[in-house]
Amino acid sequence: MLTLAEVEHIATLARLELTPEEKERYRQQLSAILEYAAILQTLDTSGIPPTSSVLPAHGVLRRDVPATGLDRADLLRNAPQVSDNQFRVPPVMDQEP
Amino acid sequence: MSELNDLTVCQSRDLLLSGQVSSRQLTEAALERIAALEPQLHVFITLTPELALQQADQADRRRLAWQKDPGLPLPALLGVPVAVKDVLAVKDVRCTCGSKILENFIPPYTATSVERLQAAGIVVVGKTNCDEFAMGSSTENSAYGPTFNPWDASRVPGGSSGGSAAAVAGRYVPAALGTDTGGSVRQPASFCGVTGLKPTYGRISRYGLVAYGSSLDSVGVFARTAEDAALFFTQMAGLDARDATSMDMPAPVISLDGRSDLSGLRIGVPQEYFIEGIQPQVETAVRQAIDTLQSLGARVLPVSLPHTRYAMPVYYLIAPAEASANLARYDGVRFGVRQPAETLLDMFKGTRGAGFGPEVKRRIMLGAYALSAGYYDAYYNQAQKVRTLIKRDFEAAFQTVDAIATPVAPTTAFRIGEHTDDPLAMYLEDVFTLPANLAGVPGLAFPVGFDSQGLPIGMQLMGPHFDEEVLFRLAHAYQQVTDWHQRKPKVSSQ
Repeated sequence: MLTLAEVEHIATLARLELTPEEKERYRQQLSAILEYAAILQTLDTSGIPPTSSVLPAHGVLRRDVPATGLDRADLLRNAPQVSDNQFRVPPVMDQEP
Repeated sequence: MSELNDLTVCQSRDLLLSGQVSSRQLTEAALERIAALEPQLHVFITLTPELALQQADQADRRRLAWQKDPGLPLPALLGVPVAVKDVLAVKDVRCTCGSKILENFIPPYTATSVERLQAAGIVVVGKTNCDEFAMGSSTENSAYGPTFNPWDASRVPGGSSGGSAAAVAGRYVPAALGTDTGGSVRQPASFCGVTGLKPTYGRISRYGLVAYGSSLDSVGVFARTAEDAALFFTQMAGLDARDATSMDMPAPVISLDGRSDLSGLRIGVPQEYFIEGIQPQVETAVRQAIDTLQSLGARVLPVSLPHTRYAMPVYYLIAPAEASANLARYDGVRFGVRQPAETLLDMFKGTRGAGFGPEVKRRIMLGAYALSAGYYDAYYNQAQKVRTLIKRDFEAAFQTVDAIATPVAPTTAFRIGEHTDDPLAMYLEDVFTLPANLAGVPGLAFPVGFDSQGLPIGMQLMGPHFDEEVLFRLAHAYQQVTDWHQRKPKVSSQ
């Protein structure tokens, strides 16, 4: 069973603000799912490579040809906050040293 | 007008070509039926009637020009009305992905799959409802409310592409686009009694498909016949430089022509898909359908896919892991609905906490856990190793058979609210569709009967990588000698 501290740690990693009710609900539900997933530990997978692609491996490089990108106005019109054609966000660093 | 709504894609195309019907008539018939039945079915998140009529008139002008000069090229789907799942971008048309966080998002470009169909002449009538970011098996996880099954409005249409499945079953449009990461085309096709294709991974470009599980996501199609689905598939398939996982394989020319002779084809029946817990009427109908394929000349052989039971836990570790990375982009910086905050970190957390629904948060949490330090090897890496075993099961089976026949889901459509409090029970609905995504093989679902409550039952055919054609051939033959796919739900406006 996951602990509340573990749930809070994952929520921080995932940048999710959760209510106390959500934390408790996810603690129980994620524990049940992980318990079910424990069946995978019963399989011997030594010598089995993890899947990296379901298709035959192929390196894909496109030709480096200059092309017109997406329209700036089309992109910026979705932005929650814009100033001087840039995305505006709250301060990254604390205001006080 | 009801007659126009009953036309298949191929029938519409023939009537359009002979000038007996115009695209405007077909499109207006679709819009009228949508207006009449939306209060009961709730298929759409966004309707695009103006765009649709404009595209219809354009198609009609092009067709008239062709009639005067048959030397002009005529696109294959010119003037056919289509609905598009709201996780596929259409430039300048709102794309919500069923999420509050993208309530106001206007895509700056169009998905390759849609772009190719538009080049082939389709008319887009709207964006269909789905589980938020395609995470779900019932369309109940949409932030815009559930879609209702046209066969019984107290039941779910399946998911995540439930709106698109209901759009075709409810006779709004003859075809609709969906996406399939773990069964999201095949399971709703089964629940709604329509034909649904999940192609081989890499066959249809994912560019413009909002990412959920990138190694599993595929663009698929719903139609009322295998022939119609094949027509859409061939128009969308093929290399796209904007998707590095799209394969350089030309789209096949699929000619079905009413053929029903299946001599020389071998169909495998895996015992692992006929398990305890499956609804008995589902098993009976699927076994009868296999008998029908045999009577058409196919050979039926037992095969084994021994790692089938591990597909569910493997999928529900890998897909959430990929989702936790893919959905990191919804941070309130460049698009979407932002929750204001004093600091950047609080803005991220608040935006995501308020913008995502319960299932999306659950999968992000699960994925972040499976990828986190100390658990990566035990969960994520072990899941990817078992995925290799699942893929090898299919490779071995396709050494001896051309296709594999199974049920699509253990049950017919369940009631709205039946599984909402128990995520594990909901995940178990996908046990028969997840393996195809994990192995990257194509799957086709189509109706093979009804249960005693009048709900459709679907069969799934799976084939080797890049052999969608054999699936279409088998389903087409079946549809030549049965009429399940022609049954029509009784939905009427109130």
